[in-house]
Amino acid sequence: MLLLLLIFSVSASAQLLVDMEAEPAGIESNQTCFECHTNQIYSYENDWTGEIERKAMNPNFILDSTAFHQGVHRHFACTDCHSPDYESFPHPSEARLEPMYSCIDCHGGDDTYAQYQFELIEEEFSKSVHATHNDENFDCWMCHDPHAYKAMTRGNFKITEIVQNHNQTCISCHNDPIQFKLVSDSLRPDLAVVHDFIPNYNLHLKSVRCIECHTSQEDTMWVAHQILEKDLAVKKCVDCHSSNTMLMASLYKYQNLEARQDGFLNAVILNNSYVIGANRNYIFNIISIVLFGFALLAIAIHVYFRFKNR
Amino acid sequence: MAERIYLYPIWLRLWHAINALMFLVLLATGLSMQYSSPDLPLIRFDLAVQFHNISGLIVSFNYLIFLAGNIATKNGRYYRLQLATLYKELTIQLEYYLIGVFKKRPAPYPVSKDRKFNPLQKFTYVATMYGMMPVIIVTGLALLFPEFIIEKVFQSSGIFLTAFLHTIVGFMLSMFLVIHIYFSTMGSSPTSNFKSMVNGYQEPH
Repeated sequence: MLLLLLIFSVSASAQLLVDMEAEPAGIESNQTCFECHTNQIYSYENDWTGEIERKAMNPNFILDSTAFHQGVHRHFACTDCHSPDYESFPHPSEARLEPMYSCIDCHGGDDTYAQYQFELIEEEFSKSVHATHNDENFDCWMCHDPHAYKAMTRGNFKITEIVQNHNQTCISCHNDPIQFKLVSDSLRPDLAVVHDFIPNYNLHLKSVRCIECHTSQEDTMWVAHQILEKDLAVKKCVDCHSSNTMLMASLYKYQNLEARQDGFLNAVILNNSYVIGANRNYIFNIISIVLFGFALLAIAIHVYFRFKNR
Repeated sequence: MAERIYLYPIWLRLWHAINALMFLVLLATGLSMQYSSPDLPLIRFDLAVQFHNISGLIVSFNYLIFLAGNIATKNGRYYRLQLATLYKELTIQLEYYLIGVFKKRPAPYPVSKDRKFNPLQKFTYVATMYGMMPVIIVTGLALLFPEFIIEKVFQSSGIFLTAFLHTIVGFMLSMFLVIHIYFSTMGSSPTSNFKSMVNGYQEPH
């Protein structure tokens, strides 16, 4: 009950502040940037030769404008975060050295964003292996792309979509040799091999998030950010596969709370997914015990009369 | 005294023994998974999953042997229901078990070479072997290869519905098991039917 109250208190404020319906505010001012940075090829007029030149865009600087407009920063102008120096072309080379804002630079210490728990995220992240095993170059943007960031757990996304999106964040480095090498010189373990103790690994990967097992889960935290050392990851099946499944405090807390109180134990899981050992239907449990009891009682009565009439 | 009848050929006894053993493993591991708990683990979860999968596959293969045996030998005829007289025969047999047996009345449908099962036995065996077993095998195999299960059925998880059906039929089969074992004590002596499933001979009632 306490857990439900905690979850409720967190989820009650789980709403998005961004207007996802209105036309993006910065749509016109961003158009100049998008002309080049949404394409693999860009062209410009060479002032010296007077000719139009076509060049390949650095893949790291290509932006998906659709994803940008679906993201939480959709109303921003590019120069809200990037230097106005980029407004000229060719871009001045010093502009490349501009420091990047982190989440907390804009969202920290502001009650408007209190519900997003940026300070808690910062605190959890500072204790995570990503922070303790790397220097400060490992920032928010290593995992989250501000250009396409979607608040998955605060929108109308299904659990499976949340799982896919959040897991992609981990997999994009941990299953990609080049991305992994950007932050680590250690040998990248094959995810399927290190998880071979999990029956049906691929189904697990589609059904639950990496962070379910690899983070310290706190009831008060909306999305856990304290990634633990691999040795501290959850390995006991029953932590999830039991009626008191820890998934209720993590992944399934994003579901509609009313679904939990429909008369079925763990109805939230019942309707959307299946976890062996966690989905127990209260009514059917009672019916099965009663039927089994009747069968045993009938047998006992029959045995009694058999002995009596021997 | 009536003759002993050789009713249970070796293939059938082997099939029955494998089925019985695997049923117990499936029941124990199935219950352990369904009611898994960090505080009171009956069988460690990952082991329960593995044993359940392996014994489930053995039971499935064993079921094919049962089907093949019933097609290839005369054993299949014992499972043919006569629908026209079924209700009447079931009532007579039920009355015998509820009243007749205590009044030392003779069994209304005694075992013979042509009639291995009494009507109630035949009905429950047909329902079990041709009704419940295919359902539990198909749902079990689906859960073993969940990528083949339809993702959503009427807003509910396809895997959940499959597992739900698997659990309900599993429960019904466990009820069958308990009742089956009890009725096995109602032979000429409480242990005679158990001996029959070892030596193949049915003692006269």
